[in-house]
Amino acid sequence: MAKTIEAIVAGVRSGEIDPVALVDQHLKLIEENEPSTNAFITVLADHARQKAGEIASRVAAGDPVGRLAGVPVAVKDNLCLRGAPTTCASRILEHWHPPYDATVLSRLLAEDAIIVGKTNMDEFAMGSSTEHSARGPTHNPRDMTRVPGGSSGGSAAAVAARFAQAALGSDTGGSIRQPAAFCGVVGLKPTYGLVSRYGLVAFASSLDQVGPLAGSVADAALLLEIIAGHDHMDSTSLDAPAPRLAGQAADSAEGLSIGIVRELSDGADPEVKRRLDEAAESLERAGARVESCSIPEVSYALPAYYLLAPAEASSNLARYDGVRYGLRVNAADTPTMNARTRSVGFGAEVKRRIMLGTYALRAGYYDAYYGQAQRVRTLLIRAFDAAYERYDALLSPTAPTTAFRLKERVEDPIAMYLSDVCTIPSNLAGHPAISVPFGTGEAGMPVGVQVMAPALAEAVMVRVATILEQAAP
Amino acid sequence: MSAYGSERQRRREGGARDYEGFECVVGLEVHCELLTATKLFCGCKNAFGDEPNTNTCPVCLGLPGSLPVLNGHAVELAMRIGLALNCTVQPSIFHRKNYFYPDMPKDYQISQYDIPINTDGYLDLPSGARVGIVRAHIEEDTGKTTHSGGGGRIHDAMYSLVDYNRAGVPLVEIVSEPDIRSGEQAREYVSELRAVLVAVGASDGRMEEGSLRVDANVSVRRPGEPFGTRCEIKNLNSLRSLGRAVDYETRRQVDLLVSGGAVAQETRHWDEQAGHTVVMRSKEEAEDYRYFPEPDLVPLAPDAAWQERISRAMAPLPAGRRRALLDSVGAEGPAMVERVATVVAQDLDGYVMAAVDAGAPGALALSRAANELAAACAEDASLLDALEPGHFASLVAMEARGDLTATQAKAVLAEMLTSGEPPEAIASRKGFEALDPGSLRRAVEEVVAANSAEWERYKEGEAKMAQFFVGQVMKATRQKADGKAVMALLADLLRGSAGAP
Ligand SMILES: [Zn+2]
Repeated sequence: MAKTIEAIVAGVRSGEIDPVALVDQHLKLIEENEPSTNAFITVLADHARQKAGEIASRVAAGDPVGRLAGVPVAVKDNLCLRGAPTTCASRILEHWHPPYDATVLSRLLAEDAIIVGKTNMDEFAMGSSTEHSARGPTHNPRDMTRVPGGSSGGSAAAVAARFAQAALGSDTGGSIRQPAAFCGVVGLKPTYGLVSRYGLVAFASSLDQVGPLAGSVADAALLLEIIAGHDHMDSTSLDAPAPRLAGQAADSAEGLSIGIVRELSDGADPEVKRRLDEAAESLERAGARVESCSIPEVSYALPAYYLLAPAEASSNLARYDGVRYGLRVNAADTPTMNARTRSVGFGAEVKRRIMLGTYALRAGYYDAYYGQAQRVRTLLIRAFDAAYERYDALLSPTAPTTAFRLKERVEDPIAMYLSDVCTIPSNLAGHPAISVPFGTGEAGMPVGVQVMAPALAEAVMVRVATILEQAAP
Repeated sequence: MSAYGSERQRRREGGARDYEGFECVVGLEVHCELLTATKLFCGCKNAFGDEPNTNTCPVCLGLPGSLPVLNGHAVELAMRIGLALNCTVQPSIFHRKNYFYPDMPKDYQISQYDIPINTDGYLDLPSGARVGIVRAHIEEDTGKTTHSGGGGRIHDAMYSLVDYNRAGVPLVEIVSEPDIRSGEQAREYVSELRAVLVAVGASDGRMEEGSLRVDANVSVRRPGEPFGTRCEIKNLNSLRSLGRAVDYETRRQVDLLVSGGAVAQETRHWDEQAGHTVVMRSKEEAEDYRYFPEPDLVPLAPDAAWQERISRAMAPLPAGRRRALLDSVGAEGPAMVERVATVVAQDLDGYVMAAVDAGAPGALALSRAANELAAACAEDASLLDALEPGHFASLVAMEARGDLTATQAKAVLAEMLTSGEPPEAIASRKGFEALDPGSLRRAVEEVVAANSAEWERYKEGEAKMAQFFVGQVMKATRQKADGKAVMALLADLLRGSAGAP
């Protein structure tokens, strides 16, 4: 069994673990396996070694070190890190070095985490397989012929391949949970507003959340505790204190009531469904009341999402115009320069979504598309509220299938979009959700079970997830 | 007389002018840069004229990952504007207005759209007209582009330079109802609006620095008919440009209609030198801004206590100050109204009020303020720094008592502005001690006696000889005499000598 973050930090503090050796161990694995995995866009080997050296000397000097002292962490390449390239896996930002740190990265660094690299992703987080990357696809460490999921596929693969102890990703429609499920790791999307978005390059602002991917529920919970909490730089940041999640007793599900959402389970592969049933049984054995429930509104989540997210994206990505930073393809006049830069700089999927979103916001169509999607979103939130009057948490597969093969869906956007059908509802509602590995399905690939909870009920969610983790085959 | 009419004629007609049976219909959009220390969504300095791109940060440069955080002081100033314009101040939200332009860092502008902070107000003009206010909403300013090389215009420039110091500066856009009926009235509206914005501390009112920018929507119609097709006029950098542009555009549209043509909806650029408007873009080229609610900001809901606090702390507005001043000096009539307007516009009403409170006659105090003080102010406003209201009150009182003649009073006032001394000290240094009526009469009689030949000519009816005697008396009294009093004494002596046997 791999060490937990808690154990590593204890070891570093006591001097049993040398942070430099620990980092070298991870860098060696990266050196050996990264060429075939392609989990990173940038490996920050020098930075990581230097930081580890600093921590080692502080420990030697008897100075206090943080709650993540010496822990190697990988971060998605849409999080701004001062001085390192932040590309969002796009040609348009190929050489951009942000002059500031994302709030979540400042918080990791303040706790003495060691950032080993910036991970691969679908361009601007638009995709579900990490194939839409200007730097080529990431491979699933569990089966190199398969995708790691996406868009945080690089972060999921980095954790699965032990390139890092844990990672940060971003989740707009399932981009943390779905790759976590595909790679057999834990992935957590927090309540909207619990974690600052300052320094997260925006895809769809009303849906984006930063969250952890890790080898265990406890590691994910600890990372969340550290990155969560109000940030005055993000107006949508909640005024809630960071939740206390670590060290929670999770030996019993006594008194918990859990609903399995039929609409999210019925369409899943038989083997995925079988694992979900086993997960439900394990919760019952732990003392929970588990029953099947229906939330018909979740069926409208996917179409609503594919209007709202592209609409916001079309506006968020307008700034990549060649004027101030990033790629510029020169032309005789500014509008032509803008057009050529964007035409060369963006990949096909990004262009597809910008066009979708631009269309959805057109004068005269706003109400039929964007307006209607917002109304669906409101209905969905009400339906969840009603369900949470009866249940403490809801259960579903994280994705309808296990990891599919590379290139299998890349030419079929609709099939690709459908792999997020189970995860999107939580983003629209702004609720937390976590994916926990629960056995394997087709071809021995990992299956993820999703636990959803009401806003700010991360503690209940983590408790259920921990029971599942312990019961997992 | 030109087709545009003289300024005087326009005044006589009071706002609305007749253009061959048409009337002009104007609505104005005024952008007011708010006087905040920092920008609307970041901590960068809000300042004019600094080194380009020094007041910038990830937020106002629109760098990837940056997010806006609303400036509370900007909201407060916007609320003050709303209250001053008699608007309903309401909970509001922000929208994104999407269009590509290099001086707009995010390629969208954060603005308010269908739910603005202030709606449904009005502004009463000094002339008595009331102009409706549709809305006064908060938005961010753009950067500034300079086109260089080639002809220096956007189409033939070799390159363009962008200064983002202004990007993200807070603005309030004040949109009027189409209630304005002439170029003159448009000027009056903007002039009064500017005074209100300055009074509430929201603006420095400097049109020439662009802190107040005006766009005019102009159409024409026959009175009583529905509104005609309107054109939006841009590049109005002064009150003079605004008045001229509205009049020109009205004439242009009337001429089009009279000659059987039609007005096309378009945006036009005012060329101040050429004195005409030219097409910038037609309706077909108009952008689709794809407005949608700004997801990076939360709804703005100023609580009642905050509003109440702002409302209580509001400085008196120009209209109220004019009313108070008129009441205080007890003046009436158009000339007085104009003096009162001048005095309030120049922020001189405090001096007049102080004089009245000290018991000096209001009309005289108003006259000295509207003429001498206003003129000095126009030359150099800092001159007033030295002038104590109490000293001004003493000066007016001295003149009213006859201790100083009008000429002497003006001379003393001029020196008060530079030295800051009390009028008594200046008057005594200049030897302006009072000339009692008895000594003046004696002086006049002596001059008459010494110039008998001239006196005879005056008696014969040679009226211009009066000037000779006034001059002689002035000389004899070392300028202490009052010209009017000398004239009266001369007339008195004339009557006396005519009646003598
Ligand atoms: Zn700034």
